[in-house]
Amino acid sequence: MRANWLQRRSGGVLPRALMMAVGLLSSLTLWADEPKRWETNMTPSVTEIGQTMYDLHMAVFWLCVVIGVLVFGVMFYAVIAFRRSAHPEAAQFHDNTSLEIAWTVVPFIILLFMVGPSTKALIEVYNTEDADMDILITGYQWKWKYEYLSDDGKNVSFFSSLRTPQSEINNEEPKGSNYLLEVDEPLVIPTGKKVRFLVTANDVLHAWWVPELAVKRDAIPGFINEAWTKTDQEGVYRGQCAELCGRDHGFMPIVVNVVSPEKFDAWMGKKRAEAAEIAALMDKTFTMDQLYDRGRKVYQRSCVACHGANGEGGVGTPIAGSAIATGDVAVHLDVVVKGVAGSAMQAFGGQLNEVDLAAVLTYQRNAFGNNMGDKVQPIDVYKFKKGQ
Amino acid sequence: MGDHGPAKGFSRWLFTTNHKDIGTMYLWFSFAMFILGGSFAMIIRAELFQPGLQIVQPEFFNQMTTMHGLVMVFGAIMPAFVGLANWMIPLMIGAPDMALPRLNNFSFWILPPAFALLVSTLFMDGGGPNFGWTFYAPLSTTYAPPSVTYFIFGVHIMGASSIMGSINIIATIMNLRAPGMTYMKMPLFVWTWFITAFLLVAVMPVLAGAVTMMLMDIHFGTSFFSAAGGGDPVLFQHVFWFFGHPEVYIIILPGFGVVSQVIPTFSRKPLFGYASMVYATAAIAFLSFIVWAHHMYTVGMPVAGELYFMYATMLIAVPTAAKVFNWITTMWKGSLTFETPMLFSIAFVFLFTMGGFTGLMLAIAPADFQYHDTYFVVAHFHYTMVAGAIFSMSAAIYYWIPKWTGKMYNETMGKTHFWISFVGFNLTFFPQHFVGLAGMPRRIPDYALQFADFNMMSSIGAFIYGASQLLFLFNVVRTITHGKPVSEPRVWEGAHGLEWTLPTPPPYHTFTTPPDLKESEMHG
Repeated sequence: MRANWLQRRSGGVLPRALMMAVGLLSSLTLWADEPKRWETNMTPSVTEIGQTMYDLHMAVFWLCVVIGVLVFGVMFYAVIAFRRSAHPEAAQFHDNTSLEIAWTVVPFIILLFMVGPSTKALIEVYNTEDADMDILITGYQWKWKYEYLSDDGKNVSFFSSLRTPQSEINNEEPKGSNYLLEVDEPLVIPTGKKVRFLVTANDVLHAWWVPELAVKRDAIPGFINEAWTKTDQEGVYRGQCAELCGRDHGFMPIVVNVVSPEKFDAWMGKKRAEAAEIAALMDKTFTMDQLYDRGRKVYQRSCVACHGANGEGGVGTPIAGSAIATGDVAVHLDVVVKGVAGSAMQAFGGQLNEVDLAAVLTYQRNAFGNNMGDKVQPIDVYKFKKGQ
Repeated sequence: MGDHGPAKGFSRWLFTTNHKDIGTMYLWFSFAMFILGGSFAMIIRAELFQPGLQIVQPEFFNQMTTMHGLVMVFGAIMPAFVGLANWMIPLMIGAPDMALPRLNNFSFWILPPAFALLVSTLFMDGGGPNFGWTFYAPLSTTYAPPSVTYFIFGVHIMGASSIMGSINIIATIMNLRAPGMTYMKMPLFVWTWFITAFLLVAVMPVLAGAVTMMLMDIHFGTSFFSAAGGGDPVLFQHVFWFFGHPEVYIIILPGFGVVSQVIPTFSRKPLFGYASMVYATAAIAFLSFIVWAHHMYTVGMPVAGELYFMYATMLIAVPTAAKVFNWITTMWKGSLTFETPMLFSIAFVFLFTMGGFTGLMLAIAPADFQYHDTYFVVAHFHYTMVAGAIFSMSAAIYYWIPKWTGKMYNETMGKTHFWISFVGFNLTFFPQHFVGLAGMPRRIPDYALQFADFNMMSSIGAFIYGASQLLFLFNVVRTITHGKPVSEPRVWEGAHGLEWTLPTPPPYHTFTTPPDLKESEMHG
């Protein structure tokens, strides 16, 4: 375990140096789809309150620039004008009460001008009342769960995790323009509606941050924080987790699609239909091929980061030839559904539906040379969960 | 025994109760920690040189950011200033030694084991602390690596060392001042350490409380910070920052003191506004206790609490600005020369004020929702801590090393060290303001492509800054071994204060009888 900070994919010193040199050049010249580079200022927001924050930021910034020019101007003047060669005889004054009182009072008064607008903006940030819709955001190590709360109790929910392939992170393939800022399933919200976010976490602290929506809220286990946004501009807005949450803190981005209310309703309709479909699939019995194909996709999404593309292991234990994947189905189910306490193996029972759990178990038991030949059906998973 | 010299060999250092020896040991220890913490920073910057994972894996990267912060704050900066206090406070107030010399020995000698414990965690199964130097629960409790217990024990020992050191400083200043040296005649360095020591005594036990609660949660089934057991993860942050905010002033106030000694010397002019400097230091210390939650603007406090912390935080700008104005006015109509300590001090005023400006921006809570936990914050606190504490520490070493050793450092090499540091520092941290504003979160081992250019610049700057510290080490060692001897008591002609009335280098025991205070050697 101890040496795993060294690149696992070790290629010797020379190839790595060569790769770094190539990477250096490519990062300067060869990105296919150029992201906005050399950005020096805060991202302007697409929300009204975000624009207020941006204006406040610029106001304090310019205030600091003006004070800085004055103060540093005096200092550099003193440094040049009173150098010993130009000013050999030092004055000996060391007090001036009125001057000292003045430069205590004046900064205080300047600060008072900042109080009004800051207070007003802060109260507005906190005004989460009269929302048109509620979305429960739950931080997990290392993905987000979004749940659209609905009055009829039939909430739509899904997980959203990093889509950037490991090969791009390990510099084996060129990086796409949304490198580390792309997810498998984005959050979708409508324009013109006040959306209230209820932010919490399942394990450690996280923070949900989308700069263009000007929302940043800590996600804390046991607490539900509130935040809100409202924008008229359709678009794709990208953010990241902003609170250190463990190993893959840098790899749990956030993508929000803001669409027109019509498109939103259509999307919501589709999500509901999908949920109904899953419910129907629950009763179905699948063939080995169906389970295996579906399982491979689930594995690529949920397991590959720790257990490797060929089940060879990594952060997680190997799956190829493992005692669990080639042993009793009930034990295998137990590990995947409930996780392993005190390890990086999470409980997937709440993250994957019964169909996907059945599929990925079947896949693990038959891929990577495990060849168990047995199947797990959704109903088996359902019964196992019920028995807990 | 009279004026005996030091014992010979290792026992001199192990059993010494001499404030100069202990000060020297503190300074060398902190320099070793500075190099260690710096090497962690080099690993961080090497990984961040370009997007993608090249050198280390994320779990080790997190250990590096955590250990860099812990080693720099607790191992490099704090012991460095304690070492300076040990050397200088008795010399500046005309005392024969520290008031509690055996305690002094003990408070130094428990530090190396504390850091040996802390650093040894890197070689343990599961790795070292990986939860950030702020060690927020539950990442540092329920989800921590097993080595966290060693970290807790290490923090306890460092805390005990700091508390004992501070008690000693308070006792020395209150009891051992030369006759005639009233409080308002003490050099400003002594004043800033006096106030710092009270801050330390007040908040180190709070830190000890925080880590003890962690220990209980991890091993004894309590749930102070676990919501599942009815506890409160946010409580941890309140307790931590009630310690943490005074802590950042603990780090910077002695630096204020150093600069307040150096600037008058090389301006050949008394410090402007001595009394207001003392009051401003006290005001900053007081405010440090009532602003802690500005580190937690996004945690979901009630709006009334958030408003209060915003107003209180903005207030800090007032005494801090007064200090900056005082330093600049001290230079006004002086007769300035720019030896290495003066260069570091002027850079301190310039760069620390930049950190103050970003501090004011961060104080504005609604804007902070965009700054919080980004590289903008990283840039801000490195402008205050590196340019504040490390630059003032460098100034102090160059300023007093001829007095300590009786040898002059190489001025050209000193100035070279300064300019390379200055360029390297700004190249490292100035671009971090930009990537932070543009949306790069802190504590990530890999980043989106739009941040690549500034990160590469930052890494190059960090390597330059890191390398310049080796030049510093070389200059210091060369001064001790080959420096040009100086013998006049007043090494800098513009310097005032009791330390400059002593022979150069000062004998092993000084002020065994109280000195006669001359008005010209006193401040105020």
